[in-house]
Amino acid sequence: MEDRTHIRVQNLNVFYRQQQILKDITLNIPDRKITAIIGPSGCGKTTLLKSFNRLVDSIEGVRISGQVLVDDENILDPRNEVTHIRKKMGLLLQKPYPLPMSIYDNVAYGPRIHGIKEKKRLDEMVERYLKKASLWPEVRERLRQPASMLSVGQQQRLCLARGLAVEPEIILGDEPTSALDPQSSQRIEQTFFELKQDYTIVIVTHILRQARRMADYVIFLYLGELIEQGPAAEIFENPRQELTREYIKGLIS
Amino acid sequence: MANLLSRRRIKDILASKAMLLLTVTAVSIIFVMVVGLYLRSRPILASHSLTQLLFSSRWRPSQDEFGFLAFILGTLWVTGVAVLIAVPLCLLSAIYLSEYAHSRIREWSKPLIDILAGIPSVVYGVWGILVIVPLIKDYIAPFFGTFSTGYSILAGGIVLAVMIFPVIIHVALEILRAVPLEVREASWALGATRWQTIKHVVMRKAMPGVAAAIVLGISRAFGETMAVLMVVGNVPRIPGSVLDPAYPLPALIANNYGEMLSIPLYDSALMLASLVLLLVIVIFNVLSRVILVRVKRSIR
Amino acid sequence: MERRNVEEKIFKGLMRVSTLLILFSLLLILLTMAVKGLPFLSLAMITQTPQGGYYLGKGGGILNAILGSLYLAGGATFLAILFSLPVALYVNLYARPDSRSVSLCRFILDVLCGVPSIVYGAFGFTIMVFFGLRASLLGGILAIALLILPMMIRSMDEVIRLVPRELLESSYALGATRLETAVKIVVRQSLPGILTAVLIALGRGIGDAAAVIFTTGFTDAIPTSLLRPAATLPLAIFFQLSVPIREVQGRAYASALILTILVLVISLAARLLSKKLTRHVVK
Repeated sequence: MEDRTHIRVQNLNVFYRQQQILKDITLNIPDRKITAIIGPSGCGKTTLLKSFNRLVDSIEGVRISGQVLVDDENILDPRNEVTHIRKKMGLLLQKPYPLPMSIYDNVAYGPRIHGIKEKKRLDEMVERYLKKASLWPEVRERLRQPASMLSVGQQQRLCLARGLAVEPEIILGDEPTSALDPQSSQRIEQTFFELKQDYTIVIVTHILRQARRMADYVIFLYLGELIEQGPAAEIFENPRQELTREYIKGLIS
Repeated sequence: MANLLSRRRIKDILASKAMLLLTVTAVSIIFVMVVGLYLRSRPILASHSLTQLLFSSRWRPSQDEFGFLAFILGTLWVTGVAVLIAVPLCLLSAIYLSEYAHSRIREWSKPLIDILAGIPSVVYGVWGILVIVPLIKDYIAPFFGTFSTGYSILAGGIVLAVMIFPVIIHVALEILRAVPLEVREASWALGATRWQTIKHVVMRKAMPGVAAAIVLGISRAFGETMAVLMVVGNVPRIPGSVLDPAYPLPALIANNYGEMLSIPLYDSALMLASLVLLLVIVIFNVLSRVILVRVKRSIR
Repeated sequence: MERRNVEEKIFKGLMRVSTLLILFSLLLILLTMAVKGLPFLSLAMITQTPQGGYYLGKGGGILNAILGSLYLAGGATFLAILFSLPVALYVNLYARPDSRSVSLCRFILDVLCGVPSIVYGAFGFTIMVFFGLRASLLGGILAIALLILPMMIRSMDEVIRLVPRELLESSYALGATRLETAVKIVVRQSLPGILTAVLIALGRGIGDAAAVIFTTGFTDAIPTSLLRPAATLPLAIFFQLSVPIREVQGRAYASALILTILVLVISLAARLLSKKLTRHVVK
């Protein structure tokens, strides 16, 4: 692989109380590609994703060891400020959680907390990122309405715009389409394809067909262990591990 | 067999009717109370105008003068001071327990706060006399260059504040915990600090519920009798400062049960005071309960 | 350091201080009661009734008030259980679950929980006048029962509500009537919670003063009849405190300590009981 590596995980272990959630994970996530983390539910996909932006920190009873290097900087180093790490990454959750404010304020929230106050600049950013998330035409007339009035599919795109507005390099998606209807899912997927020119995208999904459609690179986790990683074509057409083959054939879930 | 079966059915139906009757009775207590107190306060309402009763400060029952203004203001002052002290402390503490504290600390604090709620009001009163009153007399009043016996609005307010801590914290904590974690995560993921997230997101979502918690605290303070009565001085005059004594409505009712049957219309006046208290508190409670029900439904 | 991080630190500090202050006030109350009350606490305090000149500093104790409070709160709690349990069962088993009238019923009871005890006292007094009753143990029992009724119903209701619907349905499926299900399944299943509710109400009844001022009166004798006045602990504290003699005031502190201990023991028992008894409950 000639791709530049954007996120490098080395010997990552995550424990929750007595239980080990992730076991000695070492992997590379390529720059400006869509990487899909697949595996049966409960295998640690979401935990892996959330250790990239240290949201696992906020859960009580979690211990982490190992390294997660983003641009060769170990983000798990406690000396690093967590807010700056998170600013590098946008996050989409399973269900959209719009903040309790207007559409405009949702997108402007990130820039504002990072100290941008000029109205003109905010206006411009809100417009730019709503366009990037392909929501602009639908909401341009009602930016001041509460975000909760949008449909679920629109809310998810709003959350995407909100995440883009902090100008991250990476977009993390935790099964970002699982609560959406097929049409809205398709729009999100489409938007992701457009975004991968500028961003590194990592999504967790349990829908194999979605991973097939979208991913350039695939990571397969099983019970907290990394079974296989590689370019999507290789994993889907010619997996090296028996377990991967069975999962892809739908024998285990 | 058929006979036995029907006897069981009849028992069930009879029990059902009896239980329905009890339920209706329990619920109608509130209406019976309003009507009962109204009937008993009718004599004074017939001979004095309501505006005069509520807005005159002349209180001479033996000369047929019943102006509640000083008592109403006394209640408002004491409640106001209590709320000013309790609200910031309770909100900060509820936020701390909900957003920052380790879950073990949170689980330990809850029963302690419940114990605080279970202490009888007379004990709060004794505590006020032993600790708060001397504190005001010997330190706070001299600090401001005035004299106070210590039995004052401030003493009542402080004791009341401690009494409403559990009410406000309990409800506020419940509301804050009902805000889904994902909303916080969404904000953290954008690089917001914890406090920014609380200020802009969590509090905004929880605001109506927190307001309801405060109103519940206020209505509790409004009706509290014994503890306040013991430390507030009970002087029926319009107070000028928090270091002055006051005479809140509940204290008026409680203090005069002895004389009330010997002076004409006195008992009627006290029942009117009870009715006013009841109505104000019912309105406050209904308001905050309605808000709470709505918030809990919409928060998720 | 960034401005927002400074803000974070300041507010976190303030929150810590507030929480400590609130927990400290609880500690301070308990400590004050112990320090001031212990020196005056004696065996005579809890085994004797006031003797001649007790309120001038002579011998005796407050057994009359302790027993009076126990009788009063016990009677009121008993009366309230007779009312609460059927109501809580009705609301959960007979009425359509979560129907409008049920929510309204819960709502009104919640509002009733917020009505201050002085109003219950005044209302109890009007009822007594209506029936020609004088200040007596019975009057106090009625007023306190009214006071604790709404909260007892609501806490029993919350407990019974937690009984899994499947449990009820499996009982109905066996041919049991609702009454049989209520008595044999629901009450047994939620007994720990019901007992906790009862104990909490008992504690509240013992500690209340404002509702008994009008209705119960005061006497130095141990109550022997429902129709005679009875002494209560809160009022005994109040009266002793208003006597400007050091010895008598000291006894007021000791009485306050007794009341505090009584209430704390009941509240701790309620907690332990609900923990211990949940073993037998089907989850």
